[in-house]
Amino acid sequence: MIIPDLSTNCAGIKSPNPFWLASGPPTNTGYQIARAFEAGWGGAVWKTLTHDPILNVSSRYGALDHDGRKVVGFNNIELITDRSLEENLAEIREVKRLFPKHAVIASLMVESKREVWHDAVKRTEDSGCDGLELNFGCPHGMSERGMGSAVGQVPEYAEMITGWVKEVARTPVLVKLTPNITDVRVVGRAAKRGNADGVSLINTINSIMGVDLDTLAPKPQVGGRGSHGGYCGPAVKPIALNMVQSIAADKQIQLPISGIGGIQNWQDAVEHMLLGASSVQVCTAVMHYGFRIVEHLISGMENWMREKGYGKLEDFIGLSVPRVGDWADLDLMYRVVADIDQEKCIHCGLCYSACEEGAHQSIDITTVSEDDYVASLNGNALKAPVVSGGVRAIPGAGDNRVNIFTVNDETCVGCNMCSLVCPVTGCITMVEVDPRGPEPLSWRQYQQKLAAGEMGRLKPIPHAHRPLGNLY
Amino acid sequence: MQSSPLTTDQLQANFADLHPNYTRDEAAFEASRCLFCYDAPCTRACPTHIDVPRFIRQILHDNVGGAAKTILDANIFGGSCARACPTEVLCEGACVDNARAGAPIEIGRLQRYATDYAMERNLRFFAPGKDTGRKVAIIGSGPAGLSCAHELRRLGHKVTVFESRDVPGGLNTFGIAAYKITREMSLAEIQPILEMGVDLKLNTPVDAAKVESLLADNDAVFLAIGLGQTQRLKLPGEHMEGVWEALEFIEQLHDKREFEKCTIGRNVIVIGCGNTAIDAATQAIRLGAEKVTIAYRRGEDAKSAYNYEYDLGKSDGVQFEWYVQPMGFVGLNDRVTGATFVRTQLQGEGRKAELVPIADSEFTIECDMVIKALGQTPVDELLSKVQGVERDRGAVRINSETYQTTRRGLFAGGDCTSKGKEIVNAVQDGKMAARSINRHLDSKGK
Repeated sequence: MIIPDLSTNCAGIKSPNPFWLASGPPTNTGYQIARAFEAGWGGAVWKTLTHDPILNVSSRYGALDHDGRKVVGFNNIELITDRSLEENLAEIREVKRLFPKHAVIASLMVESKREVWHDAVKRTEDSGCDGLELNFGCPHGMSERGMGSAVGQVPEYAEMITGWVKEVARTPVLVKLTPNITDVRVVGRAAKRGNADGVSLINTINSIMGVDLDTLAPKPQVGGRGSHGGYCGPAVKPIALNMVQSIAADKQIQLPISGIGGIQNWQDAVEHMLLGASSVQVCTAVMHYGFRIVEHLISGMENWMREKGYGKLEDFIGLSVPRVGDWADLDLMYRVVADIDQEKCIHCGLCYSACEEGAHQSIDITTVSEDDYVASLNGNALKAPVVSGGVRAIPGAGDNRVNIFTVNDETCVGCNMCSLVCPVTGCITMVEVDPRGPEPLSWRQYQQKLAAGEMGRLKPIPHAHRPLGNLY
Repeated sequence: MQSSPLTTDQLQANFADLHPNYTRDEAAFEASRCLFCYDAPCTRACPTHIDVPRFIRQILHDNVGGAAKTILDANIFGGSCARACPTEVLCEGACVDNARAGAPIEIGRLQRYATDYAMERNLRFFAPGKDTGRKVAIIGSGPAGLSCAHELRRLGHKVTVFESRDVPGGLNTFGIAAYKITREMSLAEIQPILEMGVDLKLNTPVDAAKVESLLADNDAVFLAIGLGQTQRLKLPGEHMEGVWEALEFIEQLHDKREFEKCTIGRNVIVIGCGNTAIDAATQAIRLGAEKVTIAYRRGEDAKSAYNYEYDLGKSDGVQFEWYVQPMGFVGLNDRVTGATFVRTQLQGEGRKAELVPIADSEFTIECDMVIKALGQTPVDELLSKVQGVERDRGAVRINSETYQTTRRGLFAGGDCTSKGKEIVNAVQDGKMAARSINRHLDSKGK
């Protein structure tokens, strides 16, 4: 029997579980962090400390809602701590006294001078924190003052400042990377050269949340004006996963990773870890739902580990990293086609419009009469007709017909689109079919064989016949 | 006869909206559930083919006015239909979410949300078409007549509507349960149609001679006279005070305006089990009747009331007597005091089964009010006299494509051709007849 052990060691920073609060509004004060630890969080990255507390604006946050779901994306124009260094350090000391086994990581951002960084590191570490995180990522406000992403976007600065910190630091140093850069690995390598102990990513993404259609002001607004802010929340997870994997796979970097970006459930956390993170950080989901979401994160990860047979985090961290590679090495001969389970189909036609108008025209419609359809139902209670007042109504029917959707296997390219939009679990599956060739063939191999004259040009999967003339 | 024993507050509560309008959040939540089907079954199942996924998505994306336009473009009585349609067997019955999640999107209530939004703001979406110089007369201002009038005005034809009563709207104005459609709502819904430039002549009954003159003076005539009197039972005692026709009973709730002034017995028997019977029975209870019994000569499974209407009746406390056939009414001083029934049974199997009385099973139920809800009869006194108009068992015969009767230039739609369907069917008849009339006028040349 496996009893999953979630104890974590990320770059030498230890915590009872891999779930850390990311530096942000939930880690503003010792009070909040103590509440979070009581709720079950394993660690917390303190809201970025600095010598000269800043002043913030009002308002500060904006959210992206999608068709009835709130906050699928989120941004902020809030800056780093607006409290004094002494106040914050006293609270760190108190939190560590109360929760000695939990990880407290101090995020730092100070003026880009060697002696200023030395002073900040020494005083902060005296508070008893377990590690430092250098905020080279904050994209708004502080970057205009030569800090945050202004450092993280210039590899030489990032390397230099990391080096200054490492000259005096006694605890592990994580460098927090900005995604607002063409290739995140370049700054990751700079952090490595500066002797960082690990990296954390991603910080937030430059963004404008929207425009108020009454006032025409951007969101969030400050007196009718706005500024680009840092974007995060569930919608950024895929961007974060890509960057985490690219750092994890980089031969030059080889540093522990604390994964950040769009984590709101245990699956998100496991995905970050499969792609190389050894701890994960969460902020937006806590701002949305509160600290107790950690219960679900822990329970979900434990349950998954139990079912998969993983006893400790190291058993699965990074397992999916080698599965990601260049497109040129993917097998051109591999093929899946969509399969629609007619028993489960509710005849909504979303697969049809997605394929016909948005993809590759490989789903066909035929119609059956209502009577024939009802006769074919085989006692499926949900799909059964309702008779009321002597009138029959059939889910999915109208105008005495039911649309039946079938996949054309000849032209289906296996793009997944229909299965992505199908609202019924398990109705459309992507089925592996006989490969298109006798053995796997990547584009790279194909190019080599073409050049060597070992094979001729391959044809794409045949296109569906949809003559333009039929429309007119 | 007595008036209601209830207080004004109780009556107002009893006749409040059956389904209050959605709040913005409720509408947004419900709209977010819609899948946006391709070739949507709900749209196909709607007799007027309202583009349901489109208007729901317009609500979802904060374009409620646009949603109302989508609805009204297909069905100018979208507000009434949102309240009175049997959505259970139309759009909502066809909704694929029945098969996915066991319950449909509440299309009717979303439609109400959009149409109320437009009505509250007095939004107008349609303008009359360029004047064609053609004239059409419409007889009857119910949903069929006014739907036809609206569509003809959009096409640029002059329209005159003749209405025998002092208010327009037909059954929409006085024949639907007051907790579904009020007189005010019906008249407000009609207002934009009249503003299209429809010449409405109230208090103007039309006889056969008038039909002839209208045919002579207009390029086409549309007959939308609905149905007439409720069927008579032809039983002893039917003439007594306290024996009502269902429509007459329902109409008093709209006409008298104050529920306190409505006449209501304490012990009421409703004969028949269609939707009008349920409307009458539930309203009788809501007016303060102590006991209301629906008596039907067939069984529960043969009733023509929709399930949700039946459920409403049951939850309001209506009692049901199945397999009982009225034999007559007893009374004192010409006031009804009871109804006599004989029990019936089915003999034979399946469709051939015959309903027969059971010997010596007669019994009397005491009552002080009887409401006959047996369906309406065709307006024979007019229809039998109009030359060249053929009928099928009372219904005006029309070409199902053109809506033209057997008399050239005379078109017809609504209940006078269907013998009684839903508002939504009448609206579609009027709309399609208008388009057919337009083609007819085109083909006539100048």
